[in-house]
Amino acid sequence: MNFQGYRRPDGKTGTRNDVLVIPSVGCSQGVARDIAQGLKGVVYLPNILGCGQVGEDRMLVKKTLVGFGTHPNVFSVLIVGNGCEQLSPREIEEGIAPSGKRVEVIVTQDIGGSRKTVALGKRIVKEMREGAAKLNRESIPLNELILGTECGGSDYTSGLASNPAVGAACDMLVTEGGTVILSETPELIGAEHLLAKRARTPELANQVLDAVAWWEQKAMVAGENIRKANPAPGNIAGGITTLEEKSLGCIYKAGTSPLEEVIPYASHPTKKGLVYMDTPAHDIEQLTGMVAGGVQIVLFTTGRGTPLGSPIAPVIKITGNRNTYLKMKDNMDIDVSRILEGKEKVSSAGKRIFEEVISVASGKVTKAEKQAQRDFCIFKMNMNI
Amino acid sequence: MGRSAQAIVMNEKDNVATALKPFHAGTKVSVEVQGRIEKVTLMSDVPMGHKFALKDMEEGEAVIKYGESIGQSTARISRGDHVHVHNVVSQPRGGPQ
Repeated sequence: MNFQGYRRPDGKTGTRNDVLVIPSVGCSQGVARDIAQGLKGVVYLPNILGCGQVGEDRMLVKKTLVGFGTHPNVFSVLIVGNGCEQLSPREIEEGIAPSGKRVEVIVTQDIGGSRKTVALGKRIVKEMREGAAKLNRESIPLNELILGTECGGSDYTSGLASNPAVGAACDMLVTEGGTVILSETPELIGAEHLLAKRARTPELANQVLDAVAWWEQKAMVAGENIRKANPAPGNIAGGITTLEEKSLGCIYKAGTSPLEEVIPYASHPTKKGLVYMDTPAHDIEQLTGMVAGGVQIVLFTTGRGTPLGSPIAPVIKITGNRNTYLKMKDNMDIDVSRILEGKEKVSSAGKRIFEEVISVASGKVTKAEKQAQRDFCIFKMNMNI
Repeated sequence: MGRSAQAIVMNEKDNVATALKPFHAGTKVSVEVQGRIEKVTLMSDVPMGHKFALKDMEEGEAVIKYGESIGQSTARISRGDHVHVHNVVSQPRGGPQ
């Protein structure tokens, strides 16, 4: 099966075709915002980092910004630097250049102030936008899709309806040869041995267990015993009996395929099928990491309702809670609550979701896109210095 | 699943179903198990979102939901019994540490 996407110079395929303005440092965020403001087809990253991160954190910031720049949903990139930042805009440019797309750098201290930088930036992105408008969608096999999965604002409907339905859709994409990313390691605790059992190799199984152990240890140092705190009394009152059950309900959203690869935050999968990315459970940091890793489209399940969206990747919201769907219609894309009324099978809801993935990958606008919800937050491990 | 389904089975390997509304003991609940509609008579009250057994289980058996073990039974469980924290215990990492 195919979708209608954009072919990039490096052979990758996008579901969107925007011009991206990247502030290489927080000080340039306002200038980047003003450059993109009012221009359809131009988006900016609300990045506040780029100065004050050291060691592994500096690497994570650079990797994430480069990941967004090289992303196949992006046509061309304008990087805006201030001039004295630790993460130089030239470093980010060098990281993006191999993708073969046009990348430009402007630096406010060189140009002489915000106003001149915004004016020059607007000229550049308008020119880039003209190029983007000339590119047409073409037919692309579904095996080139990398689908991210995420849940947030969960309630009792998540584990029973929306997650299983999204899982069914993920299994359909894997059958088509596509890639599905499961992440949010802290939510895995209690079911990690069950995911590890599905790993292709013993090494992969160990990587899953190691990732969970790392987060458990980090949380413990911060004063939280995740394993003891869950399931919470509210979960038990709602019918969740054990931590395994709670965590299985969460990981079921990525389907039942064998696990092919485990990758670090913001890394690109090298295998197709089900891939695990080690990310926090923090919704925006998780989303940012998956998109930096090349996810072109995201399925997001929610019970309570959340507006989350990405600057460059469409996010489809699925809820099993009828009240949430009706109350938050401008945020919710798909209602699967009929599963809980016994009126729709999980497999048929999964098929509806799978079809929506193809439509959205081919250009259908999601609710989060209509709301211009463009969340961005880079995961880091230590404090700013 | 039909219009009359009152409980949901997540995976064909499961030995529990989840109630889609609250039920009193003695209610005959229809549930689809491996493509067939079965009637299960509840042995106890089961709140909405809670589980009941589709099969008799011995003490120490794996309770299966989502096709995986979600814990071990701590008592004999009969078909139709409420299955929850009173008769199931978590088995972290698949067994005793």
